[in-house]
Amino acid sequence: MLFGIEWDTSDNLTFAISILPILLRGLVVTIQATILGFFVAMVLGLILAALKAVPSRVVSWPARIISEFLRDTPLLIQLFFLYYVLPEFGLVLPAFMTGALALGLQYSAYLSEVYRAGIEAVPRGQHEAARALDLTGRDTFARIVVPQAIPRIIPAMGNYLVSIMKDVPVLSVVTVLEMLSVARIIGDRTFNYLVPLTMVGAIYLILTLLAAYGVRRLDRALPKTGIPMK
Amino acid sequence: MTDPIIKFDSVGKRFGAITVLDDLDFEVANGEKVTIIGPSGSGKSTILRILMTLETISDGVVYVAGEPLWHERRGDALVPASEAHLREMRRHLGMVFQSFNLFPHMSVLRNLTEAPVRVLGLSKSEARDRARELLDMVGLADQAEKFPHQLSGGQQQRVAIARALAMRPRIMLFDEPTSALDPELVGEVQAVIRRLAEEHDLTMLLVTHEMRFAREISDRVCFIDGGRIREQGPPEELFTDPKEERTRDFLQAVLADN
Ligand SMILES: Nc1ncnc2c1ncn2[C@@H]1O[C@H](COP(=O)(O)OP(=O)(O)O)[C@@H](O)[C@H]1O
Ligand SMILES: [Mg+2]
Repeated sequence: MLFGIEWDTSDNLTFAISILPILLRGLVVTIQATILGFFVAMVLGLILAALKAVPSRVVSWPARIISEFLRDTPLLIQLFFLYYVLPEFGLVLPAFMTGALALGLQYSAYLSEVYRAGIEAVPRGQHEAARALDLTGRDTFARIVVPQAIPRIIPAMGNYLVSIMKDVPVLSVVTVLEMLSVARIIGDRTFNYLVPLTMVGAIYLILTLLAAYGVRRLDRALPKTGIPMK
Repeated sequence: MTDPIIKFDSVGKRFGAITVLDDLDFEVANGEKVTIIGPSGSGKSTILRILMTLETISDGVVYVAGEPLWHERRGDALVPASEAHLREMRRHLGMVFQSFNLFPHMSVLRNLTEAPVRVLGLSKSEARDRARELLDMVGLADQAEKFPHQLSGGQQQRVAIARALAMRPRIMLFDEPTSALDPELVGEVQAVIRRLAEEHDLTMLLVTHEMRFAREISDRVCFIDGGRIREQGPPEELFTDPKEERTRDFLQAVLADN
């Protein structure tokens, strides 16, 4: 029994059906961690991208180093750091929050590169035309660059969303009850690991395929030339 | 020449170790139509881009409408221009690029109204009226709602000309406006520029390889090579009786191409 739900081990199919609701509880946590982590990554990524673009090196270098550090160290180390080291400084967060924050931090570095690449892909001629028309730097960014960068940014962001989801099981090591740890507990208690682990794999596969399909649809639906302004 | 509207006073331009403009003196009178010709890499675009404030200068002073472009007067001294000064000076100028550079996410109408609304502070309806007049002038009144990718290259370039004119510049810069076009579309763009050239008040500076067109619309043609003006004069003189050997060689090469 887990979350007050009993399982039935009489045969594999019955077992699978009986533990599905339990795994789905875990899936809810997985999705919550994905969404929260992604949100953190989006916001921090934007801040990192902006800091990296600042002409002054005093600002841009630390941002670059942080970004590089976040990308080049394993998620697990960052997670342990937040989980074990932050409390030493008096900052105690619930495991779930710590996990989502770790995901968000690591992916903020990736997303900052997505933003940067999307913005830099807008051709120089667009900046020059805007300047020739005497538009301010701010108007150029908000009305010329961003609308054209968005269709390049969104599909890449979608791919990272899927990546984050696939990284959520790492949070199980700090006791977050996401889908994989739920499956392991079921295995520990029933001595049947095959069924729950296979199910988790299948659910991941379905989710990933759905997400990939969604990203492709979105990519096709987005006007290539930018968010239209009539 | 009394009170030139454009004046390059000993202007130098270097990119690292490469000298692109070398001690250039160059003046354009108000309302004058000047064509710049010369081999590729001779600095033609650089001259226009300096005027449009897309490229800084290394030496000398550029004046537009009597004011230093890249400097500000402080007492008797000239100090490097602030962005505010550059913004003000840019109002005098409009530029048409070889690659059009229309805003691809904006309708044709929006391409023409964006800057007048944001920069000049026109109301939307004023800006739209002005845009429709200009589209009518370039023969695209019926294309206002379309997006750039739905237009031919020739139509896009005509929109780009209208977009520059919507800011009411006194000086129009054209950097090889027909070079990116299929041959059958060159004529329609030239026709629009030709019509503009009839406007008495508008100063035009055109870079082109179309010698016949240059001859038709210019008051003066300048041959530039190695960052200096080697020869200049009325088109009938320069094209039929060039004094310099370099000019003759260049003209021969270009005319052989056409
Ligand atoms: N941003 C730049 N950096 C370095 N060199 C440049 C740059 N822009 C232009 N140049 C060089 O300056 C020279 C003149 O360029 P340009 O004015 O574009 O020539 P033109 O328009 O006459 O063909 C060329 O040799 C070109 O390679
Ligand atoms: Mg050029």
